[in-house]
Amino acid sequence: MLSAILVLTVIAVVFGLLLGFAAIRFKVEGDPIVDQIDSLLPQTQCGQCGYAGCRPYATAMANDEADINQCPPGGETVILALADLLGKDPKPLSEEHGVEKPKMVAVIDEQTCIGCTLCIQACPVDCILGAGKQMHTVIEKECTGCELCLPPCPVDCILMVEVGSDPQSWKWPYPEQKEVQP
Amino acid sequence: MSSRLWHFHGGLHLPGHKAESTSLPITSMPVATQLIVPLQQHIGAAAHLLVEVGQKVLKGEPIARPEGVVSAAIHAPSSGTITAIEPHKIPHPSGLPDLCVFIDTDGEERWCERTPLANAETADADSLRRHIQASGIVGMGGAGFPSHLKLNPGEYAVNTLILNGAECEPYITCDDMLMRERPAQILQGARLMCRALAARQVIIAIEDNKPEALAALRTEAARATTSNIEIIAIPTLYPTGGERQLIKVVTGQEVPSKGLPVEIGVVCHNVATAAAVYRAVELGEPLVSRIVTVTGEQVPQPRNLEIAFGTPLQAVLDYCQVEDGTDNSILMGGPMMGLPLTDSQTPLVKTSNCLLIRPHEKKPSAQPCIRCGACAGVCPAQLLPQQLYWHARAKAYDRIQDFHLFDCIECGCCDAVCPSHIPLVDYYRFAKTEIWAQEREKKVADLARERHEFREFRLQREKEERAARHAQKKKAVSSDDASADEAKKAAIQAAMERAKAKRNSNAATAKNTDNLTAAQKQQIEEADQRRARVKENSGDND
Repeated sequence: MLSAILVLTVIAVVFGLLLGFAAIRFKVEGDPIVDQIDSLLPQTQCGQCGYAGCRPYATAMANDEADINQCPPGGETVILALADLLGKDPKPLSEEHGVEKPKMVAVIDEQTCIGCTLCIQACPVDCILGAGKQMHTVIEKECTGCELCLPPCPVDCILMVEVGSDPQSWKWPYPEQKEVQP
Repeated sequence: MSSRLWHFHGGLHLPGHKAESTSLPITSMPVATQLIVPLQQHIGAAAHLLVEVGQKVLKGEPIARPEGVVSAAIHAPSSGTITAIEPHKIPHPSGLPDLCVFIDTDGEERWCERTPLANAETADADSLRRHIQASGIVGMGGAGFPSHLKLNPGEYAVNTLILNGAECEPYITCDDMLMRERPAQILQGARLMCRALAARQVIIAIEDNKPEALAALRTEAARATTSNIEIIAIPTLYPTGGERQLIKVVTGQEVPSKGLPVEIGVVCHNVATAAAVYRAVELGEPLVSRIVTVTGEQVPQPRNLEIAFGTPLQAVLDYCQVEDGTDNSILMGGPMMGLPLTDSQTPLVKTSNCLLIRPHEKKPSAQPCIRCGACAGVCPAQLLPQQLYWHARAKAYDRIQDFHLFDCIECGCCDAVCPSHIPLVDYYRFAKTEIWAQEREKKVADLARERHEFREFRLQREKEERAARHAQKKKAVSSDDASADEAKKAAIQAAMERAKAKRNSNAATAKNTDNLTAAQKQQIEEADQRRARVKENSGDND
């Protein structure tokens, strides 16, 4: 009886120490689930989800504070991927956060721009080039289409233009569902 | 050598329809009045434009140079004047426009100076490859992969060069006619390619439904005294002409999934590519035209034509006297893998091997999958088409890749046998382009994340710098306070002392009362007395 208790206690202590050591030795910096969620988000940094960027939204989702259907730029694809990752049921995009739109980029009408730099300060990815009282322009390749530069512009000289597809980036359409049910 | 042949999985025996278009010899089609030459006629980066509007060009003159390694040059297919450089519909499933060079031909077909490779018989592999790239040669079988890359074995040792003369798709006979009429060019090209690859042997594989082509090549090959070129007949079965399937049939080896044939010591090229290599290296003729089979029930006289690149579809239809009809279905390529053309101004390009013009057939509508498994039985890549279909339909892009979607060669066998008429290949193409698009989007997102993180870092850094600057200024002001006060005090003190001293000195020395005469003193005294009196009187009055 006593020896059994002793043996169990020793085992418990050994494993406790082992686990304690492992917890310190193999500690993971940061929250890996946040990184995983963040890597699925489109990184538009538009804030339409109600958070100040993609990473804060990812953190909120990891903490179960936000739903998986709040990212309009990601749309259905991102919702499906998030549902898959987090083991939740996919649901349609929440309407209060916006609607899925084709990919856009900002274009500055250079005739109208007064060089106020307000849009430069608003751009979350630093893709607007310019200086005070100098004409500004958008680096189209790096624009995420977040539309955050639109409200600050005092002369409304920024337009959102749809990115057309070329033969290289064209996607084959989903085959029509013409199946006849028997 | 390889007397034994192997089989690949699946495949279909299809009606050939080859005899129709092989009754006439290859004819050169007169050049069209306007050529529309796309800058992207190959896999890889679009060529870099070298010409401008209004410029006169000669046949064979380069109009675009390769952009990067995975690219090919484009040459003027005929002599004439460049009238425009603008987007125009290209033969592509998207039907989207791409940049094209419009040439108004002068009909003279004047060649530019042709420069064959100097010492072609002894030239090294590198200069051969450079010359081939500069001549704009791409895979003529249909894929259009720049040939110089496939002639560069890199670190691998090449045992066998296979020249693909299978031409397994129904209706198409352009390679057949080329082998019948120009066997010498193919063999010469094969020797050059063999040298570029340092291959040990060359096997020209031809389906056994082309006895004339086999005979022509064998006769030509027999003329050489020593040769490492072997010509073999392979069983007719669709899709034997697929690169991996042909390698399996000829060598018995399987190309690894996601691998390249060169990894198992085999390189595969089309026979037409070999002929093009010969013409470029020995004659100095860049790739400006190709043999195109114009066939189908709607063509009065099916035949093979040598057509300049950029020739609009309409010009070919007119030349072949195809009656206009909206119910014609025009495919570029064969009935299995062909690309439907809807615009009659679409130009022919380096990969256009066939124009198949048939009456439009309404496809029966798709029924639900009955899981018969016929598709898996015919799949030459040994995939499970049914599983791929389910996952593509459900947009499960991760799982579909577990079923090796990218090993699918889109041959259309599964489509052809499906009793429910499900457009299976369309689903696979949809999934493939969707996965590629997601990969592109991922790259864009990664860039955006990096830039956003840098911006956050920059804002933080600027904030800290500003705070540091403020702190420093504040510190400077507060530490200066004591000494500044003292200095101020001292300055005030000094000023006060100066004023005092001035006052004192003023009082001590009233300059205009010095050295007065007695009379003046008298006057002053009198004035003082008067003043005193006045003061007294006024005091009394108060």
